[in-house]
Amino acid sequence: MPMNRRSFLSTTAAMTGTALLPQAVMASDTIKLGSILDTSGIFDAYGKPMDMAMRLAVKEINAAGGLLGKEVEVVAYDTQSDMALYSQYGQQLTRQDRVDVVHGGILSASREAIRQTMRKTKTLYFYNVLYEGGVCDGNIFINGVTPAQQVEALVPYAMGKSGPKVYILAADYNYGQITARWIQKFVAENGGETVGVDFFPLDVSDFGSTIAKIQAVGPDLVIAPLVGGAHLSFFRQWAAAGMKDRIPLASTTLGVGNEHKVLTPAEGDGIMVAYNYSQELDTAANIAFKDKWSAAYGDSGMIHELAVSNYQGMLTWAEAVRQAGSIERAAVIAALETGLSIEGPAGRVTVDPKTHHAVLDVHLMEIENQGMRVVETLPQRQPIDTQSVCDLKVNPGDNIQYEIEI
Amino acid sequence: MDLSFVILVEMLYAVSSLILISAGLAVVFGMMKVINLAHGEFMMMGGYATITAVNLGVNIFVSMLVIAPITVGLIGLIVERLVIRHLYGRLVDTMLATWGLSLFFIGLATMIFGNTTTGISTPIPGFAIGNFQINGYNFFIIVVSALLLVGMLAVLKSTRAGLIARGAMQRPDMAAALGYSPNRIYMATFFCGSALSGLAGAVLAPLVGLVPTSGGAYIAKAFITVIAGGPSLIAGLFSSAGLFGVVSQVFTFAISPVIGEVALLVAAVILLRLLPQGITGKFFKGKL
Repeated sequence: MPMNRRSFLSTTAAMTGTALLPQAVMASDTIKLGSILDTSGIFDAYGKPMDMAMRLAVKEINAAGGLLGKEVEVVAYDTQSDMALYSQYGQQLTRQDRVDVVHGGILSASREAIRQTMRKTKTLYFYNVLYEGGVCDGNIFINGVTPAQQVEALVPYAMGKSGPKVYILAADYNYGQITARWIQKFVAENGGETVGVDFFPLDVSDFGSTIAKIQAVGPDLVIAPLVGGAHLSFFRQWAAAGMKDRIPLASTTLGVGNEHKVLTPAEGDGIMVAYNYSQELDTAANIAFKDKWSAAYGDSGMIHELAVSNYQGMLTWAEAVRQAGSIERAAVIAALETGLSIEGPAGRVTVDPKTHHAVLDVHLMEIENQGMRVVETLPQRQPIDTQSVCDLKVNPGDNIQYEIEI
Repeated sequence: MDLSFVILVEMLYAVSSLILISAGLAVVFGMMKVINLAHGEFMMMGGYATITAVNLGVNIFVSMLVIAPITVGLIGLIVERLVIRHLYGRLVDTMLATWGLSLFFIGLATMIFGNTTTGISTPIPGFAIGNFQINGYNFFIIVVSALLLVGMLAVLKSTRAGLIARGAMQRPDMAAALGYSPNRIYMATFFCGSALSGLAGAVLAPLVGLVPTSGGAYIAKAFITVIAGGPSLIAGLFSSAGLFGVVSQVFTFAISPVIGEVALLVAAVILLRLLPQGITGKFFKGKL
């Protein structure tokens, strides 16, 4: 058979096609992990490191031979900080891509936008962010700290370092409102008194009159669950007024998106916080994690609480798949509900079978020289706020976000 | 006693910051009738110009008072040449075009500076009045906005350039007939308006956490102040900023910051219902 150019091309094309065929079959034989995060837009400071943490975890899982002998394939969508895109991509992930699990969502609004889609399509869902607590749904697993875990530890510590009279400044939406109620509860339980509570819309950036008002009341301690760039002005103006050395500050949010790296040491030093993770955590697990991160991305300075939560969520899911020996949703949930634990960069994380929330270490920290110095580690705190309203063992069909009565 | 003094300072500060936020818009919208929806973004760029200059080692006051206004003024000049000059007299079209500009500048700032919060510390320490600590930087803002008002008044009232500008705004055809090019006058006025916005953004930068979308927080207040002020540039600015600043601070101290913001908006609605032409449509008529 004479070989001209045309026939050569068609035969080689056919050969290449056949050569690729087995790989195409292989590709459908992977485990599909859906990720849905804001990696652009106004929340990208949260979302980008979360996405990097997710990819780092997948890379490690695959380097160790994958799960159940299969490779994990990432299907990621960027929701561009637009809540409307969450419902759209949520549908796409579950109905078109038919992923085996979804990790993602940042703001509570984004979680609520996709939670019911995940539930209806029977797609296992992990929400790996600290939030206001109370979600009770058998299909979702949440590993971020809730206000009770954080505030329960922070309030007595901060009051011990200052005094019993507390003034609260909170962001004016469900997170701030609920957290402020928890703070009031724990202040009262620790024998203190809440002398004032002020709420601020997210775009308020002028706190001059508030600072004067606080001084008129004269509290021993100010606790500030403030959120976002505009509210960061408070810490700046507080320092500018020379208040920093007169009344100590504590916060439940400052630093979650690495905000403390924006404040100068003079503005930030001494502010008390409590989280699951700090870059300054001096444990072998954290040092190893930072090394892995640096190897993959160069700079480990952008790791923050939410990134580590997302990484730990990935580890938890992978461990559950291994133990279940299956990717079936029911089997994985059953494995998670055995109260499975993983060791993450921020310490041990255990699934609480009753609430699908997490039992984890909370570290009391003080901001020091643009880092978070760990003062005390409170091991294995229970999510008592959600536990008080939610019991999936008794009500497996529960599907609600409880508002916590205090 | 100490507290009442502190409250007085906070009120003066609130009034001053409203004047500062609105001055650039008063020139661009009040004088030139260009609805500049990118006003907030001009302020945001003033803030970034300051922070960049400070990080490069320039003295903070030079950065705020010189570099930022000039940088933003020049950006305004380019914008005027490329976009705005085609739209004079087309009120609604300027709104659409400047809204597009605002999105463009937010995108640009995000690309250059990233979407994270940045900021610098205030250069003036706080000090004590009796038992109260007070932010020393508040006085700086009060002084800057007072000088700004006096300066604007002096330029518009007593200089030839101010006279020509005012004339060209009222009757461009007549100004042209007298041998002045309205085209150039508009250009220069837009430059000044943008520079004032840049100055405001720069001076407020040390007090806030700056993100590319920061401008959005100012735009509503600026428009409310300018529209409620009415036709007179400086008297309008001063009277409406004075009214709204005092109202919002009284309610902030008496009740809460949220109610303070609400009170400002309610006052604006009532005011515009009673005085649709703004304060200076009825009082201080004919003043600058």
